[in-house]
This record gives sequence, C-alpha cells and structure tokens, in this order.
Amino acid sequence: MQKPRIRWHIAVFLAPAVLVYSAIMIFPLFNTLRLALYSKVDQERIFVGLQNFKTLFMDPIWSEQFWNALGNNFWFFIIHMLVQNPIGIALAAILSHPRLRFAALYRSAIFIPTILSFVIVGFAWKLILSPIWGIAPSMLDAVGLKSLFAPWLGKEEYALTTLALISVWQFVGIPMMLIYAALLSIPEEILEAGEIDGITGASAFWKIKLPLILPSIGIISILTFVGNFNAFDLIYAAQGALAGPDFSTDILGTFMYRTFFGFQLQLGDPHMGSAIAGAMFAIILVGVCIYLWGIQTRMRRYQL
Amino acid sequence: MNKARNNPLNMTLMHGALILYTIIALFPVFVILINSLKTRKAIFREPLALPSSDSFSLVGYQTVFKQGDFFLYMQNSLIVTVVSIFLVLLFGAMAAFALSEYRFKGNTLMGLYLALGIMIPIRIGTVAILEMMVATGLVNSLWALILVYTAQGLPLAVFILSEFMRQVSEDLKNAGRIDGLSEYTIFFRLVLPLVRPAMATVAVFNMIPIWNDLWFPLILAPAEEVKTLTLGSQVFIGQFVTDWNAVLSALSMAILPVLILYVIFSRQLIRGITSGAVK
Repeated sequence: MQKPRIRWHIAVFLAPAVLVYSAIMIFPLFNTLRLALYSKVDQERIFVGLQNFKTLFMDPIWSEQFWNALGNNFWFFIIHMLVQNPIGIALAAILSHPRLRFAALYRSAIFIPTILSFVIVGFAWKLILSPIWGIAPSMLDAVGLKSLFAPWLGKEEYALTTLALISVWQFVGIPMMLIYAALLSIPEEILEAGEIDGITGASAFWKIKLPLILPSIGIISILTFVGNFNAFDLIYAAQGALAGPDFSTDILGTFMYRTFFGFQLQLGDPHMGSAIAGAMFAIILVGVCIYLWGIQTRMRRYQL
Repeated sequence: MNKARNNPLNMTLMHGALILYTIIALFPVFVILINSLKTRKAIFREPLALPSSDSFSLVGYQTVFKQGDFFLYMQNSLIVTVVSIFLVLLFGAMAAFALSEYRFKGNTLMGLYLALGIMIPIRIGTVAILEMMVATGLVNSLWALILVYTAQGLPLAVFILSEFMRQVSEDLKNAGRIDGLSEYTIFFRLVLPLVRPAMATVAVFNMIPIWNDLWFPLILAPAEEVKTLTLGSQVFIGQFVTDWNAVLSALSMAILPVLILYVIFSRQLIRGITSGAVK
C-alpha cells in the first residue's frame, strides 16, 4: 500500500488567490472591525470597547448624522425597489416576447447608462437639471408643465429622491438583463400548457411567469440592497462629500468617507470611520442573512 | 398559436414603450456629446440643436488637453484594469481548478470562504486597507489599486469558473494524465482553453466596476501621476465647474472609451449575463 503523499499542486493552485483574498479583503475587514474598538488619545491608540458605537448611536452630534444617513439610505433603497425593479421587470417582459423585432438593439441601448461611471452620470444629470442651462425647464415648458420645474438637486426635500431616480436610470439595465435571462429559461411547454387552459397575455405573465422568476427577483433585491448600502460614488460626484444641501443626501457611504478621511475643517478619524463601517457591515450582513434563510429557502419550491 | 400572443396593437404598444425608454436612457448621453462640440453661446442658446458650421467649436477639448493630463489618466486606468483582470483570471482559474478538480479535506469550506466576498463589499474594510497600504508604502501607486481590485474580483471569478470547470470532460484530463502530463500542464494546456468563454464573461463583468470606481482611487491613489480616468475627470470637472465647454468635453472624453469598449464587448457581456452566469 502506498502512503498518502502530499499533493503540493493543490496548494500551489490555491495559494495566490487565497493569499491575495485573505490579505486584501478578509484581514482588513476584521481589522477594520477591530479598529472600531479603539480610539486615539494623545497620539496613542487605546482600547475603548464599544465606546465608539455608543458615541455613534447616542451622542447627539454623531447620532443625528448617523440616523439621518441611515434613514436616507433606506429611502434610497426603497426608491430603487419601487421604481428600478418594476421598470426592469416590465422591460424584460416586453423584450422576452418571442416575436419582438430589434430586441437585441433595444437591450444594448437600454444597458448603456449602466456602463457609464458615476462621475459621468452625476455631472451629466447635474447639467441637465441645472436651472442655468435650462434643458429640463424648457422641455417641461414644451409640454406645458413648466410650473413643475424646481432646482431638484438643490432643494432639500427633492434632492435625495432625485439622486435615487438618477441612480435608477443608471442601473435599470441590471434587473432588466437578469429577469430577461430568467424569462428566456422558462420552458415553452409550460406556457403552451397555460394557453390550453386559456391563460394568455397579461394573465400568463402574472400567473405563470412571475411566480417562476421570483428567485431572480430575490437575487435582484439583495444585489440592490448591498449595492445601495455601499453606495457613495454618485452622491460624491453630484453633491460632493458634504452631501448637500444641508446633508439631505447624506448616506452611509458619504458619512463614512467624511468621518474617516476628514473634510475641510473636520479632521479624519479612522476609529469612528471604522465604527460606521462596522454598522454598514452589520446592516449588509442582516440583509444577506434574511435573503439566504428567509427568502431563498422559501423560494426553492418554485424552481423548475 | 393563440392570437393574443401576436396582436398587432400589442406589438405597437410594446415598441412604443421600448422606444420611449431607449430615448430616456440615451438622451443625457446624447445631449452631453453634441454640446461638447459647440461654442459656449450655442450651448446656452439652443442646447438641443446639433452642432452646425456656425456653432461648431472644439474650444472645450483644447482646454481639456491643455489643462488636464487625460492621456496619462487613461493610461493609468488601462494599466489598472488590464493587470487586475489578468490577475483575477489567472488566480481565480487556478483556485477554481483546485476546488473543482481535486477532493481534499476542507474543499467545501475553502469554497465557502472564497464565496464570502461575493456578498460582502470590500469597501467595508477601507480603513484597514489604507492603513496597510501606507505601512507597506504602496499608497499612491497603481499596485495598491491592482491588489484591491484583484481581491474584489476573485470571489465571483472562482465561483463562476469552478461551475464551468466541473463541465470539462473527465476523460480528457485522465487521458492527459496517462500521457504523463503534469497537473500544471493539464490545467494550462487542456482546461484553460476550454473555459475561455467563461473567462471572457468574468473579464467583462470585472471591467466595468474597475474602470468606473471612484472610491479606491480617491482614497488609495489620489496623486496626480497615478490618477485614474474616473478620478481625473472628477477632479478636472470640479476645478472647471464654470467652464461649460471644458466640462462637457471632459465628460465626453470619459464617455467615449467606455462606449467603444461596450460596442466591442457588448455581445460577450450580454451573453454572459443571460447565460445565467450570475445565478
């Protein structure tokens, strides 16, 4: 009998990926969570336990900003769920129609905003909505709705919703593509069986296709959730690190950036920044767990 | 076939809806591109008109070329994107091969460990990443970005590639083994060429987020000589806010390379998404 030899090639194949991934992703993640438990006093790093979190949630100066950013972040997410995903599903439902011509052309064109960077998207919309340039007001004027125009990005009550809608405009291509793929994978026989039972057109969509694509809708929801609670770039590009006007568009990403890196007169504080990162981590983790245990396991039964 | 499924009225409505949304999707890009080619006066007088011989002007592009170092930024972005994608593919494929080909203790655990990063964004660890890059002297170098993007891309790459490698025929690999090929040769010469379509999908998936990222260039590499195109245009536009010609031209310069890449790779990208690679 041969004694088991060590298969070195397995280690060689795994090593680079595991090393880079552990060193740059996993280790810093835990190190950030650890740094959240420290604070800097007189140039020295001291252990303070959960003090930073207490400051973040309770201290009026910090907690006001934190809850504001968290609330804004939830609103940002809700707009995506209510606008982006339904539009994406509707577009995919139309595109997946078997006799639709130019489907590939529409698909490629509608996906274009998704490939653009936040910087481009943020500035382009800022210019278009700008009252100085006047594209948006003159277009509204053309349809007789000029009175509806307001400098949306500059008003506290509209700015966040406007930015969320810009983000929806940018990312609608992703739910569209994923749902489109799911719709194409529904076997023709099922739809034909439905037709024999008299279920066609819109009712075929609601009664047959929609239940079958629920797992994809679940994936889209969790992707949207993680993406939104990790968002930063669009707000930074359009409104700057101060997330104006008067912090009305501040979300967790911009709040963490300002805290950790410092901005203008405010000095950067890596430990409070880490505490905010810790809170973001907890929120994302809760979301992912709800998805994995609550939604995905329950959806199995619809799978083909 | 049932009539309800190809009713001409429905068809018209469907095209109408799609055309309307296509216009919404393309309108802002179109407005930026046409106005970047106009004089300042024309930009404000008739923002929706195409540039004519009267209103045509390249003054914005002249400012961009004089003031900003866009070719350097573009070169930096290219280096970062290409090297990161190369490393993601190489390391990711190697790890995917180990996980899909060999049975060893801890295989499933290792797979789960590597899959963690699919859902947890790497940005959460930014504070410690910056500290580490400062300590190792990599801050303000392209390597800092390359390492971060490689780590960010690996989890999904390993996941997708190992799904595909499981489909590579067992007989082929065993034939190679009987011919005395080493495991490394089997991987590089037999398996890699067969999973090329999956590698292309992974590459295209990674390309867009890396090219467009603003967060890590802003934090890890803000120095002038290592600015990426995304950060470079952000800073440039911030400085030239009131020079509309320059801003519109800088935006167009940032849009064009991505659009060109998209035209080249869109079929690959769309096939990748619709083939269910992300399920």
